[in-house]
Amino acid sequence: MLTSQFLLLGAILFCIGVYGVIARKNAVLVLMSIELILNSVNINLLAFALRNGSADGHTFALYIIAVAAAEVGVGLALVLLIYRNRRSIGLDELSEMRG
Amino acid sequence: MLAASEVLSPLRDGWFLQNAWLAPVVPTIGFAFIILFGKRLPKKGSEVGVISMLASLVLASGAAWQWIQRVGDAGEEQFVSPVIRTWTWWQSGGMEFTIGQHIDGLTVVVLFVVAFISTLVQVYSLEYLRGDRRYTHFFAALTLFSAGMLAMVIAEDMILFLLGWEIMGLCSFMLIGHWWEDGANSRAALKAFFTVRTGDVGLLVGISILFFAANEWTTTNLGVSGFSIRGLSAWALSGEPNSTVILVAAIALFIAAIGKSGQFPLHTWLPDAMAGPTPVSSLLHSSTMVVAGVFLVARLYPVFFTGLDILGPSSNVIMIIAAITIVTAAALAFVQTDIKRVLAYSTVSQLGYMMLGLGAGAWLPAVFHIFTHAFFKACLFLSAGSISHSASHHSFDMKKDMGGLRKHMPITFAAWTVSTLALCGVFPFSGFFSKDEIIDNVGGNGYTFFMVVGLGGAFLTAAYMTRATYLTFFGESRGAAAGEHGGDEHDAHAHDAHDGDNATATHDSHDTHRGPHESGVLITAPIAILAVLAIFSGLFNATPFGESWEYMKKWVEPRAVEVISESHSGGPGEAFVLAVPNAESGYSDSPCGKETPKDGVCYAPQVNHAKFKWSKALLSLAIVFAGIAISWMLSAAFYGRRDPRLVGLTERNVIARTGYRLLANKYYLDRLYERGIVSAIVGPLARSAYWFNQQVLDGILHAVARVSRAAAQVVYRDIDQRLVDGAVNASADVTKAAGTTVQPIQSGRVGHYGALLFATAAVAALVFVILNT
Repeated sequence: MLTSQFLLLGAILFCIGVYGVIARKNAVLVLMSIELILNSVNINLLAFALRNGSADGHTFALYIIAVAAAEVGVGLALVLLIYRNRRSIGLDELSEMRG
Repeated sequence: MLAASEVLSPLRDGWFLQNAWLAPVVPTIGFAFIILFGKRLPKKGSEVGVISMLASLVLASGAAWQWIQRVGDAGEEQFVSPVIRTWTWWQSGGMEFTIGQHIDGLTVVVLFVVAFISTLVQVYSLEYLRGDRRYTHFFAALTLFSAGMLAMVIAEDMILFLLGWEIMGLCSFMLIGHWWEDGANSRAALKAFFTVRTGDVGLLVGISILFFAANEWTTTNLGVSGFSIRGLSAWALSGEPNSTVILVAAIALFIAAIGKSGQFPLHTWLPDAMAGPTPVSSLLHSSTMVVAGVFLVARLYPVFFTGLDILGPSSNVIMIIAAITIVTAAALAFVQTDIKRVLAYSTVSQLGYMMLGLGAGAWLPAVFHIFTHAFFKACLFLSAGSISHSASHHSFDMKKDMGGLRKHMPITFAAWTVSTLALCGVFPFSGFFSKDEIIDNVGGNGYTFFMVVGLGGAFLTAAYMTRATYLTFFGESRGAAAGEHGGDEHDAHAHDAHDGDNATATHDSHDTHRGPHESGVLITAPIAILAVLAIFSGLFNATPFGESWEYMKKWVEPRAVEVISESHSGGPGEAFVLAVPNAESGYSDSPCGKETPKDGVCYAPQVNHAKFKWSKALLSLAIVFAGIAISWMLSAAFYGRRDPRLVGLTERNVIARTGYRLLANKYYLDRLYERGIVSAIVGPLARSAYWFNQQVLDGILHAVARVSRAAAQVVYRDIDQRLVDGAVNASADVTKAAGTTVQPIQSGRVGHYGALLFATAAVAALVFVILNT
């Protein structure tokens, strides 16, 4: 019962994150949305760890948190460089990859 | 000692004791409220901060009052058990982590001091920071800062303790760097943060060691986890722990205390922390943050007691570090021109006294010194702020912009003088009772050398405070204090801090054309209240007046008795007997601390109290007065009359010059840390990475390149030209056609790509689910 509520919370967070990634124009907000997605995954892991009564999920969640911190570090560095080059972090203006 | 059959009188625990955990919770909620809605409130969120701190103060006072009643209920030789409540915080792999409150005498006294000083500082900030650019954020951070300290103080276990400890570290970073536009301020904030973090590693290590060493014992005997402060105290005194393990743990924890409380090798962040607004310095240096390290040692005292063999025949690491701190910091205070830096070094030195007391077994005097020091140091800082706010045009430079202020600022001057006398330890003022107690007890426990260091420190304290007082309030007015408006040299703070002033031009203290004058009532009222406490707070444990005046000893000091069963107020029959095995060998002397308890557990070690003698007190008073007199004469000669024998002494005399340089460069510690440690790590790391890149990686790359080039030529001639090209040309045609078709998808927009990605993932998930069912 409790597990399903956690999973529901995870799903909601995931959806919010996906919405943010797709709809936001600001690179920093997109990074934050990615964090939301990662954390929704964490919640899932914890929920299952709780149900199975093992600490594996917790350990894995901690790893994810560490990796997410590194990922955000790299992401923010990218954003900073983009900002230095173009004085803007709007993602819409970054369309050089257009085919 | 109690026999098992003896009936314990039940102890009252009223509502305030039961709900003391609200004291940190209320400011935390206040913090969230200020952050979310502060800017929309009529007073920009400051009212929420003040109100939440007031509520905390009420809760803390109630808890203090009920604790006093509870102590009154207990018998003479009865252990007053702390009011403990725990809740499960989280579970992980069968382990249960709790969060809760542990209210005893130490908690109550620090809780009260923190809430009290925080409230006054917030009131003071209403005026001091009026019109500041980040007014709302300042109050939010200030409130969270106090909440962190309060949470740490009430912590039942080391996890919550760590949480409060780290919240404080974060908030101190935010507050010291409040005016971060100025590079120096943000550097100071970073320095404070990193220096404290260096010590924090010790806290993590110490907590972990203690947990793994004690968990089994505490779970079996007391039914609490190895994080519980109560469990750890009992474990440390049970005669059970391995002496090496507990030694390592105690040293690790002490490293954390060194970082947080600015003890000798890691004290360098504290003076730089002056970059923050003055109310922050006041709060940080009196009751929160720096006291945390001392509090850690006082809280887990049994661990240090056993681990470092306090009261043993030889001197221990706490005392040595503390003694170095007292003298070095006091010496540094002589060469400062910034009034706040003088006070900062004096804080470092006073923290040394507290540590010295704890290291020498003078637990109660050290805790009492936390109590009195908080009042007079907060008062001194707020007075310094008042001077810069109203008289010296936002400058803290004593030599350039102050002098002769006693006529212009009577209230500030009076408060400053009273607090200075308290800090120096002059007789009826509060510092005398606490500092003298520490020195007395250090000597009484047989550490004569450290007693002499303490007395020397008292001399230095009196001397540098007299110098600062002379420069600020006496002599001729200079610079801004004389009414000059020296535009540019006034640092960036002034502009940053008060760039909103045009909007609030009505308030008088910025009527800058008036020259130096007394500050407004919101500034002087907190100062006056603190000054009154600087005079009288010493009477809470006035040893010279006899046993009946020793309230602190009665209320705060845990009684070192064996606890066999504990009484609970729930009614008779709820008392339970603790099952503690008879552990083997131990010390041999007095019941707790030196010997393995036989039938129960001990929560506090037995310490001695030195007998007060007027002869000893008169000696230290004579030293203090000598310090004041000598420093006064030298200051008057040097700064007042510009005596030719003293002026330029540092240029003429080699010894004086060397000494001055050493002090002016802060013993070269900053340079050592920056050039020695930081560059020693960064430089070789970069060089070795470069070497690895050049030699190893490039070598591999070159070899691979040569081999693949040879192979490629073979492949090119035979396979590529004939076989592959045909196929490739054909596939290229296909790809081109396909590419033209899907080209519109490649919009170059990250959002579109993201949408495609998630859509694909969703389809894949759907397929997956269908296939699996």
